[in-house]
Amino acid sequence: MNETVAIPAGKPSEPGRGEREAVERNIVRTHSGKIKIKGRNRSQTAITALCLVLLGITAVAFATFDTGSIDFGQAVLDTLHNIRTVFLEPELVRDTVGGVLYQLLVTFCLGILSTIIGAVLAFFCSLLCARNIAHPACVNAVKSVVAVVRAVPTVLWVLIFAVSAGLGSVAAVVGLTFHSFAYLTKAYAESIEEMDPGVIEALRANGASYWQIVCQAIVPTTITSMIAWTFMRFEINFANAVAMGAAAGAGGIGFNLFMAGSFYFDLHEMGMLTYIVVIAVVLLEMLSTKIKAKVR
Amino acid sequence: MQITKQTKANLDIFQRRKITYTLVFLVLIAVFAGASLVSEFNLLDGVASFPAAMQWIISNLIPDAEAIERIPKILSELMETALVSVAVTVVAAVLAFFFSLLGSNITRVNRVVKRVVRIVAAFFRNVPDVVWAMLLMFSFGQNILTGFFALFFTTFGLLTRAFIETIDEVSSGCVEALDATGANFLQKVFQGILPSSMPGVITWVLYMIETNIRSSTLIGILTATGIGYLFDLYYKRLDFASASLVVLSIVVLVLVIETVSNKVRKVIL
Amino acid sequence: MALLTFQHVSKTYDNVTKALQDVSFSIEEGEFVSIIGPSGAGKSTLLRCVNRLVDASQGAIFFDGQNVTTADKKQLREIRIKTAMIFQHYNLVDRLSVVENVLHGRLGQKSTLSGVVGQYTEEEKAEAFRILAEMGLAETAYKRCDELSGGQKQRVGIARALMQHPKLILCDEPIASLDPKSSKVIMDHLKAINQNQKITCLVNLHQVDVAMKYSERIIGVTAGRIVYDGPTANLTQDVIHEIYQSSEHDLITDVQGA
Repeated sequence: MNETVAIPAGKPSEPGRGEREAVERNIVRTHSGKIKIKGRNRSQTAITALCLVLLGITAVAFATFDTGSIDFGQAVLDTLHNIRTVFLEPELVRDTVGGVLYQLLVTFCLGILSTIIGAVLAFFCSLLCARNIAHPACVNAVKSVVAVVRAVPTVLWVLIFAVSAGLGSVAAVVGLTFHSFAYLTKAYAESIEEMDPGVIEALRANGASYWQIVCQAIVPTTITSMIAWTFMRFEINFANAVAMGAAAGAGGIGFNLFMAGSFYFDLHEMGMLTYIVVIAVVLLEMLSTKIKAKVR
Repeated sequence: MQITKQTKANLDIFQRRKITYTLVFLVLIAVFAGASLVSEFNLLDGVASFPAAMQWIISNLIPDAEAIERIPKILSELMETALVSVAVTVVAAVLAFFFSLLGSNITRVNRVVKRVVRIVAAFFRNVPDVVWAMLLMFSFGQNILTGFFALFFTTFGLLTRAFIETIDEVSSGCVEALDATGANFLQKVFQGILPSSMPGVITWVLYMIETNIRSSTLIGILTATGIGYLFDLYYKRLDFASASLVVLSIVVLVLVIETVSNKVRKVIL
Repeated sequence: MALLTFQHVSKTYDNVTKALQDVSFSIEEGEFVSIIGPSGAGKSTLLRCVNRLVDASQGAIFFDGQNVTTADKKQLREIRIKTAMIFQHYNLVDRLSVVENVLHGRLGQKSTLSGVVGQYTEEEKAEAFRILAEMGLAETAYKRCDELSGGQKQRVGIARALMQHPKLILCDEPIASLDPKSSKVIMDHLKAINQNQKITCLVNLHQVDVAMKYSERIIGVTAGRIVYDGPTANLTQDVIHEIYQSSEHDLITDVQGA
């Protein structure tokens, strides 16, 4: 290493001829003789290429958008007017406060149910697909299945289950569970994979059985990060439960939103419902931050 | 004497842990039961619906002749969904990056602006995208722009918060150094913050593209546009073979994007 | 006239923590001054007051005939151009090439646009390469900074400082994160710069022996106050103990018999 060679900094002016040549040797120039300063590495090239590709796709997208015969300026003005109505003049007309809060509770419960079921299933599944404790073939098989499950949008899961269970809370919970199960499996498995390999090795050397290792090593070390992930997923599930109510008729406050927006065209009512949802989400976020801090 | 005391203390710890675990377990069961009651959910029904749904999936997985005829239509809608998702994410990311500079602790103009930025971001993030979708339906109608803007608002809010965190995390040191050389705001942004936060920014952008493809299905169902509408149409006509082909095409698209972004991330980080 | 003067400077963080209390001293052009003291004594704050990375709460600071504390945006830029800074954690842009980091030293003197797009003149680029060669880093010019070792990173930091053509170099714990061998290389470079190019150096150090070996003058800071300011030769064991608020044989220097 040239760490040891301390070259005292000379006077800034007039370097000797040999020195000048030594400096010149390391300079890379462009065809026109200009000095290059950018490094040549894969990462930088990849970033530049990706940015260009994304910008290209965006340009193509805007060029090919079929916006029909819409009057853009008018539409924007209308939107601003509607935004004002929704957010500055909220009012409950059709629903009572008590009724809406009950529907909020229903949505909340849908979120809780899908998170609990998803978390329990994901825990066992993550044991099957964490690279450091499961068989490689098993890991790959389970991870592929989970990736496919995750790729299906939640709303489609709900609608698929609605075929057999009918629209309602059963389809909503099971549909929501699918996506959160897949999401949590990936997150839990990553938590387990981050574990210090020595811990498991030590217990194995002691002759501990599989479930002893799970209960005495894996659960205690990963529980905090698993809880953090679970609460994060709960926030997402709550938001998704609202969306499912609106898009798949799954009940809860989302359905009220849908009725106000797409059936009665009542922007005032929509505004009030939106505020209630936003406040609930913010409270939930604060609560989960608190719990996460406490568990840690 | 002392040893037994110690052992006793240890036993207490084990016992206390056992009690805690039991309590947590019982509370979870109670919460589960209460939530089931309120939302009229029945676990047995849920389990019972499973075989039927699986049977549905398997029996409709292989497209029939009618569904195959619809492939070009499905692909063109899928293409449009992909384009919208990328375009939304890119536009939102560019705007969110500059917006997040005002909300970061390192580059903020002042405390008031920082708070305002964070509140605005929280607002856009937490207003459900279905609300945006319905709101825009009134003015833009059954148009591709409805979905575009609905996705845009939530993406913008989410990315702003993510970028603020990224910037705060990676660039405090180099910004201090550039400050010391006398560099001005824009020079600091382009020579210091942008290069150091690029990997984080790109990771988030790729993640949002994937998320937006899923979300656009939902918004499509609500606003009768894009791939979501196509699914809804086939689904309501009970043309399940075509509907499942739509699902399949979305799965393939998401998996392709996931694979590409994993590859890219590996090179970048 | 002195190059740098502190007049009764105080700094209070959040109206509670007193980082500096009534600090006064002045430094002549060409001096090599070390500031020593325990961690949390206010050394970093003192250094950062010079280029206003931290704003002093009270008192006045003069640098090269300019009042630092009252300088407007434009004047502050001029002051920052004339004072370069070297950091404990190097504070380089890790994902850019070494030579790009060196060229960052010119940003204060460039237009916004050319700084934004990273457009430098051929002379500037040639100079960056020459300085890198002086630092023994010629081969690493196109490498990414995160590929370098700690000692190499700090030499890039010095190169960036030299690129500014500063009158004063502020060094905030330049060797605190380095192994002894690299530390010597860095301190030798700083000393050489001070002697050959007549650039004034103000160095925060927590190693007393290093400070005594390299500097002619030492300022001792404890709890935000200057408790010693004078030539290295007059720094007795008692004074050192006063600076570090310690009793005999508590410090490693005692064992070495420095």
